[in-house]
This record gives sequence, C-alpha cells and structure tokens, in this order.
Amino acid sequence: MHEEPILKVRNLRKQFGPGCSHCANLDSDRLEKNYCTVCGTVYAVRDVSLDLYPGEILGIVGESGSGKSTLMQCLYFDTDVASGEAYIHTPALTGTNVFELSSQQKRSIRNHDYGMVYQNPVHGLKMNFSSVGNIAEKLIAAGNRNVGEMEATSKRLLENVHIPLHRMKEEPRNFSGGMQQRVQIAKALSNNPPILFLDEVTTGLDLSVQANVLDLIKKIQRELGISMIVVSHDLAVIRMLADRTIVMLNGEIIEQGLTDQVLEDPQHAYTQQLVYSLL
Amino acid sequence: MRTNTHFAFFDEGSKKEIRRATLKAVAIPGYQVPFASREMPIARGWGTGGLQLTLSLIGKTDVLKVIDQGADESVNAVSIKKLVQETTGVQVTDQTEEADLIQSRHRIPEIPLTKDQILVLQVPMPEPLRPVEAREYATKRMHSEDDYSGAWLMLFEQIVKYGKTATAADHPVYVNGRYVMAPSPIPRFDNPKMHQSEALILLGAGREKKIYAVPPYTAVESLAFEDYPFAVESFEGQECRLCGSAHVFLDELIDQKTGETVYQCNDTSYCMEQLNSTEKAEVESSYA
Repeated sequence: MHEEPILKVRNLRKQFGPGCSHCANLDSDRLEKNYCTVCGTVYAVRDVSLDLYPGEILGIVGESGSGKSTLMQCLYFDTDVASGEAYIHTPALTGTNVFELSSQQKRSIRNHDYGMVYQNPVHGLKMNFSSVGNIAEKLIAAGNRNVGEMEATSKRLLENVHIPLHRMKEEPRNFSGGMQQRVQIAKALSNNPPILFLDEVTTGLDLSVQANVLDLIKKIQRELGISMIVVSHDLAVIRMLADRTIVMLNGEIIEQGLTDQVLEDPQHAYTQQLVYSLL
Repeated sequence: MRTNTHFAFFDEGSKKEIRRATLKAVAIPGYQVPFASREMPIARGWGTGGLQLTLSLIGKTDVLKVIDQGADESVNAVSIKKLVQETTGVQVTDQTEEADLIQSRHRIPEIPLTKDQILVLQVPMPEPLRPVEAREYATKRMHSEDDYSGAWLMLFEQIVKYGKTATAADHPVYVNGRYVMAPSPIPRFDNPKMHQSEALILLGAGREKKIYAVPPYTAVESLAFEDYPFAVESFEGQECRLCGSAHVFLDELIDQKTGETVYQCNDTSYCMEQLNSTEKAEVESSYA
C-alpha cells in the first residue's frame, strides 16, 4: 500500500540577502559554505525537499549554522520563505501550497494543525501568564470559548507531562528549565495537532531531565500517533527518537535514510565525521 | 494676506488633522487611527485626547457638558469646561439632555443619549492587547489578523485566579464583530450602553496619539466565555441614599468614623435631577 505523506516539502529555499549573478544558480563551488562572497547573501536553506509520513518521527541533524532551525521556522511560518512549496495532507488543505496562503490562514494552520516546541521556552510560552493560561491560549486561538472545558484539558495535559497540579496556576517563569520545556510540550499538544515540531528540545537540560522529556515525547508519539520533526545536533537524541534521519550541511540535505542505517553506515564524509565524533 | 481669527483653541490645520482621523475612525468602527496629537495646555493623561476631539468638533451653537467619573463639578471636569468656554464662548451645562457634546472621563451618563449628541471619551490606554504584547507593531499585526487570543487569555487568567472576570473597568469589547476595542475605563455597567447607541461615541487618547469610534447603531459586544457570561456590576438591594435611585451605577462610600457603608449615585447630574423632580412634586402637592 502506498502511504501519503502528511507533510510534503519541495525545494524550500530561504536566503538572507538579495543574491547576485555570481550565486544565482546555487553552485556549491561558487559559495563559501552557504555564503556568497560577492554579494554577501546567506543561503540558509537551499532547495530542501522532504516528506513526513503519518505517525513517524523524522530527525534532522547537522552542525550549528546548517539551516535546520531555519528550516523549522520556515515550516512553522515564523519566517517567510524565498521560494518552495509545502503541502499538508488534511481534508481542508490537500493540494494547496501552504506558503502561498494569507497570514490569517497560516495562523489558522499553526493553531489547528501544528504544534511547536522551541529550544528556548521564552519563545513558546508567555512567562507572565499561568501555566494553565498558556495552554488555554492555544485552545482559545483555535476557537474554544469554554473555560471549564479548557481548564480540564489543560489539567489533563499538565498531568501527562508530570507538572504537579498544585502548581498549575503558577507562572512558568518560576519553573525550572525542564518544567518550562514540559509546559511547552503540553501547550503544543493541546489541540491534538497532527504535526509537531521539536527544535532542540533537550539542549540545555540536565541528563535526568533530558531522559524525562525524551521519554515523554516517545510516549506521546506511541499513544497519539503524532508525526514529528525533531531537530537536534545531539545524535543520541536522534538515535533514541527518530525513525528516519536527515543530515544537513550548509543548508542542504547531504544524506538521509533510516536512522540506524545513517548512524551505522554513514556515506557522506561529513556524516562519517559526525558519527565518529560521538563520545 | 489676512486670515480670519480661528474659532476655538485650535488653528484650522490642527482641527482638520483631528477631524480627518475622526472620519477614518468612524468609517472603521473600533479601529485605532493614529493622529498627530497636539501639545495641550493641560498635562498628558488628563484628558488631552478627549479635549482635542472636543475642540475639533465644537461649534458656536453647541452646548457642552464635561464629566469626570460621573461628576460635573470635579476639578478635572471644571478646568476642561473652563478652558473650552474661555476659548470658544460656548454655553456649558450640567444637564445631559441639554448638551450637544459630552466629554467624559470613565463614565457614560445614566440618561440614554440621543442621535443629536456626541459622546467624547478620554482614553488613557487605547490598546486592549497591550498587557499581553508590549510591541506596537506586533499588536497592529494581531489586530489585522483578527488574532485576539491575548485579550481572551487575560479574561481566562482572571477566571482561573479569581473565579470570575475581574475587569474593574475597561472590559474589552468586540465592535461590529471585527475589532476588539478598549472602551476606555468605563465600568462594565456602561458597556451595554455602547451597544446600538444612538449617539456617536468618539474615543481619544492624547498621549498614545490614537482616535477611535463607535458610530451610531453599531453592535458592541463585551468579550465573555460560554460558561462565564458577561455580567455588569450588581447593586442588588442598594439604592442611592440621596435620591433613592436603584438600577444606576452607585458609588460605595465608607464613613471613616462609624465604618458605615452608604451608596450614592455616581452620576451627579442624574442624582440632582432626580432630587429636583421629587422636590418639585412635594412643593406642588403642598400647594394643591
């Protein structure tokens, strides 16, 4: 049986700068890494295509500056793309390139079909509002106007991510980094989004909390069947979570395949270096 | 070249600028129109926005009423009244029905306004989304994208913390089903008076340099959740100690010596009118 990807990305490009005749056709040998020495344009993401299938976790690894976070921001509409297409396989959106939608429609996709967990909880949470309020914000944005219902959903989610309920009315700024991250995950999950983006979720957390958060993500994926894109520079995280992995370098995909295959038998010189640098 | 002396405090250029913004505000109900706010002879935050609207609107035959939190005789109301009268010579009044132009701070009069009247409200904080988002360009974008989850979130937080919406004043409203607007710090009690109001309501924020409006017969709906419906302040079982009115907005006064709590009309001209009408009746009956 042929399976339809839930998220299909084609030739996504993101550049910072106008580009010039020297770098127009994106020849690798004409660029210094992803940077044009003539006009100073940075090609953060260079014509990336990928598929995300229902229920799978897709890992993206790469060194810092390789464009993995920019790719996520483009997909989540945090920043505009230079060119490219993305298709989401839901009844309402099949066949439409979501990058061409109006900002209102994009916001609706963010509120209904997407969840996002940022590396830094400051970006995903309102630090001066209660944890319940933070989760409710996403529900409100999706059109819910029933306080009782939203409070119940928020409580259930906070319980799922092991936040003690007696602290639910507290503001996330009083929480530790790991707790903030878990509140963020609860918020991202509040609308049962079919697609979840996780950007370096465990970076900066200590090991035991890291394990906690990873466990949680794995559990959520198993129970709810949510498709996820997990960005990390930590191969251990990718090995534990991802079914398939994409390796990015200088804004390009240089290697992709099943995670164990990529990690056990890396083909590209950079991937080999990456895998053998693993402590 | 000779120019005619300008009527009222403003030069023609200023009046034109403020009127232009006002027209745009009326055309887009609830939308905050930026305008070139003038330097005024009163301090910012003391009603410069309302005063500028009043001075751009006022004509020789107009009758002006100024209220400060329901009172006609408080310092702020009196000084604004004096300023306008001294620079225009128009007639001023305390009677709501007599006035053509009513400038008010934080109250809408108890007596329903008519289509021949204009209500000017002074606004300290025109942006209902400011508590959730400090950046102006971000709130502008939120308005344009119809993204009001922040305004709802504030109410949600209050319900979670206090079990009810705790907006003492300035409870946000949907205007014409599109823009969420700060109705200026009027009590929730006055919010329903804005709905389908016969009078034009103009709101001016001098410090924040914004003018917005509720045109006559416009739908104004207070934000409320399904399970926590909007409710005005309740004065159940209380009445004004002076005129005996119930179903009006009452001030709660606590006697410092006895600790006794008494209630009194917040709208002083309404209270006075009630007293006068009952007094007159007494006089008439004693004559008969």
